[in-house]
Amino acid sequence: MTDAAAPRVEIRGLSKSFGGTRALRGVDLTVLPGEVHGLLGENGSGKSTLIKVLAGFHDPDAGELRVDGEPVPLPLAPGQFRKLGMSFVHQDLGLVESLTVLENLRVAELAVPSSRLRISWRRERARARETFERYGLRLDPTATVAALKPVERALLAIVRALEEIRAVGRGHGLLVLDEPTVFLPREGVDRLFSLVRSAAAAGASILFVSHDLDEVREITDRVTVLRDGAVVSTVGTADTSETAFVEMIIGRQLAALTEPVHADLSARKLAVSVRGLSGATVRDVSFDIHAGEILGLAGLIGSGFEEVPYLLYGARPARAGRLEVDGDAFDLTGMTPTRANQARLALIPADRKTDGSVATLPVGENVALSVLDRYFNGVALQRRRMAQETRTLLDSFDVRPSDPTLPYGALSGGNQQKALLAKWFQTSPRLLLLDEPTQGVDVGARAQIFELLRAAAAEHGMEIVCASSDYEQLALLCDRVIVFGRGRIWRELSGDEITKERIIEQSYAAMAADVEGVVA
Amino acid sequence: MTAADERVAESSQRDDGRSRNVGALLERFALLGAWGVVIVVFGILRPDTFLTSSNFSTIFGSQAVLVVLTLALLAPLTAGDYDLSVAATMGLAAMTLALLNVNHGWPLAAAIAAALAVGVVVGVINGAIVVFAEIDSLIATLGTSTFISGVILWMSDSQTISGVSNTLIDAVVANRLFGIPLAFYYGIALGLVMFYVFEYMPLGRRLLFVGRGRSVARLTGIRVSRLRWAAFVASGAISAFAGVLYVGTLGSADPTSALSFLLPAFAAAFLGATTIMPGRFNPLGSIAAVYFLVTGITGLQLLGVQTFVQQLFYGGALVLAVALSQFARRRDAASAGAA
Repeated sequence: MTDAAAPRVEIRGLSKSFGGTRALRGVDLTVLPGEVHGLLGENGSGKSTLIKVLAGFHDPDAGELRVDGEPVPLPLAPGQFRKLGMSFVHQDLGLVESLTVLENLRVAELAVPSSRLRISWRRERARARETFERYGLRLDPTATVAALKPVERALLAIVRALEEIRAVGRGHGLLVLDEPTVFLPREGVDRLFSLVRSAAAAGASILFVSHDLDEVREITDRVTVLRDGAVVSTVGTADTSETAFVEMIIGRQLAALTEPVHADLSARKLAVSVRGLSGATVRDVSFDIHAGEILGLAGLIGSGFEEVPYLLYGARPARAGRLEVDGDAFDLTGMTPTRANQARLALIPADRKTDGSVATLPVGENVALSVLDRYFNGVALQRRRMAQETRTLLDSFDVRPSDPTLPYGALSGGNQQKALLAKWFQTSPRLLLLDEPTQGVDVGARAQIFELLRAAAAEHGMEIVCASSDYEQLALLCDRVIVFGRGRIWRELSGDEITKERIIEQSYAAMAADVEGVVA
Repeated sequence: MTAADERVAESSQRDDGRSRNVGALLERFALLGAWGVVIVVFGILRPDTFLTSSNFSTIFGSQAVLVVLTLALLAPLTAGDYDLSVAATMGLAAMTLALLNVNHGWPLAAAIAAALAVGVVVGVINGAIVVFAEIDSLIATLGTSTFISGVILWMSDSQTISGVSNTLIDAVVANRLFGIPLAFYYGIALGLVMFYVFEYMPLGRRLLFVGRGRSVARLTGIRVSRLRWAAFVASGAISAFAGVLYVGTLGSADPTSALSFLLPAFAAAFLGATTIMPGRFNPLGSIAAVYFLVTGITGLQLLGVQTFVQQLFYGGALVLAVALSQFARRRDAASAGAA
């Protein structure tokens, strides 16, 4: 019996523990038909556990589930969600890059032992074009997924999910989007949102999981906020202010976030100077950093700002350039990470998984890697002292849990990043280079990381370069921001000019100006 | 207090931690337990032949060559590279030693030094191909391995060279300590040295990160290329040492038999990575794995099973060991992702 007024999905009292950790405690969630429902919370708040219960990946300890008013016994069998009209799009999208758009779109059908022996690819192509047209997309069914832009891949994955729901024939179903925008540029997010809106307008329910508050506020009708595995509240998006959301997410007020300080350090002595830096994109870029200054590098992706930290560290080859740190000069064409390390430079790369850490090795070994020689007395590594000091270090950076024997991958994103800061701060770097330092980091840890960086700059006079496409982060953190366009410095913002809006405006202006320049 | 003790001590603070550590402890010593079971089973089935000191003396003494060759693999495996040329290098060193000592009348010490030098040269070449030409180590060392096999046949004229100085045979198998040939102790000593380097020297930690996260290692300032190269040189030198022991065991060098050691060595290295320090290639685990495999095979042969059982055993063990270590890693990854 399907009741039109019944919620699409209704969860009551859902609980789940892993060992001694209670990941979900009596969670209630109601998603209405035709609603875009946000699921917000820090890493480790229980968002992914909740979704994995719906996907039949975890067996809950307790709880009830109703779909379209009908009770469904828990736990769900793996794959049962399809029959219930649910579909999931995860961050990695689940597309096979080497196959075509069409093959990816029809993969579920093709996998079923079919009644048809022969696939009519011509008919399939026509059907796919028709499908894309219905969603207002222009995608070539014969193109390989590898040739698509990131946003087109995301759209394809969403269309495939919606089509799977349609094929079940159980109404409009529930589409779960799990952090779908992480890899997308802003204009891609807009396209994705318009697809989501039209799907919701047609009657589909969407559960939008994200920790990007701005996006959640933009796209959702209602939001459920989780903290420590419990529901804080379910609120109407339009009735709730940004600060109210932040306080619900982290459970305390956060003064530092709302009052950024942009110190004017131009009177101080110059500590770092970069001259004539050229890399793959940047051309002949020069800038200075004052003692204890946090310098932001911004721009649109591809404008070159993102490669500057790697060029300075010797992680990518520079075509030309000279770096001076506290009077020591380096020719950047011959820079290597080893030399940069000896000169007490530190780089915290954006990609924690491949460049920052080894997830399967213990936190302690990851952190101590930068200072191994300190614990070597010429005969043996002093492993006990290393373990003790690493634990103290993790405690002082508020890495939770501060157990150095845990695999690094078991930490949440925010704690992983704090552990990486600990790894590099113990080398007392003269110049700290950061690329997207709070990517995939929850709000609370983000504020802590900002505090750590500010303290390092203010109290220890550390110079910090922070490249980021998260303009809000730059506005909150930096004393000065340089905006790049087409490989060159476009504008320098300081003092009150440093706002999220101004950085965005200048990033786009930099590109527009360059386009004009090319035309002229 | 060892690392294991520390883990157990910490875990008493948390309920789930304790069961995690009991499980980890079981995993660490599962292979040693299995070895014990194998000994007991064969001891019951063949008490007269299996449970004799001469049998154990044979097991421990005759397989020192395999122990050393397995240890040779550990440095490149830890650094994330395969060295398929270890067995061929061992054969080349053995043949070099025999030819120089027997046909050219070199003194034994000089011939041994030359054999070890040959191993170093092979390692230098392997490392250069893999690190500087950036050719996949599997392909590069498959090529050099075949090339070296050709060189052995060429220089020996496909003949077995016998008549090597008895001094070597005495030092390897004829002289015994506590009833076990000296070769056994050479393998154990080398294993302990490597254990020390892997666990108690910064070099070992760095090598581990080079293998597990090359980019992480590079960005932490570790000289990744140099370490990978050094790992190949170490592997070449240790393989050559295995070749010296091989000549000492047989009293001669033949052009082809060394190659049959390649698969058992890989099987033992991977099986060794499931024990003592699960998830890591480790010297003590590898030694335990060699003796576990050899005990099983010896026992089966005493039961009168045909010689083909050796291949079944080693081949099966390699696949099973890799499967086990992958299960362990997937499980770790899954528990890491549970939050």
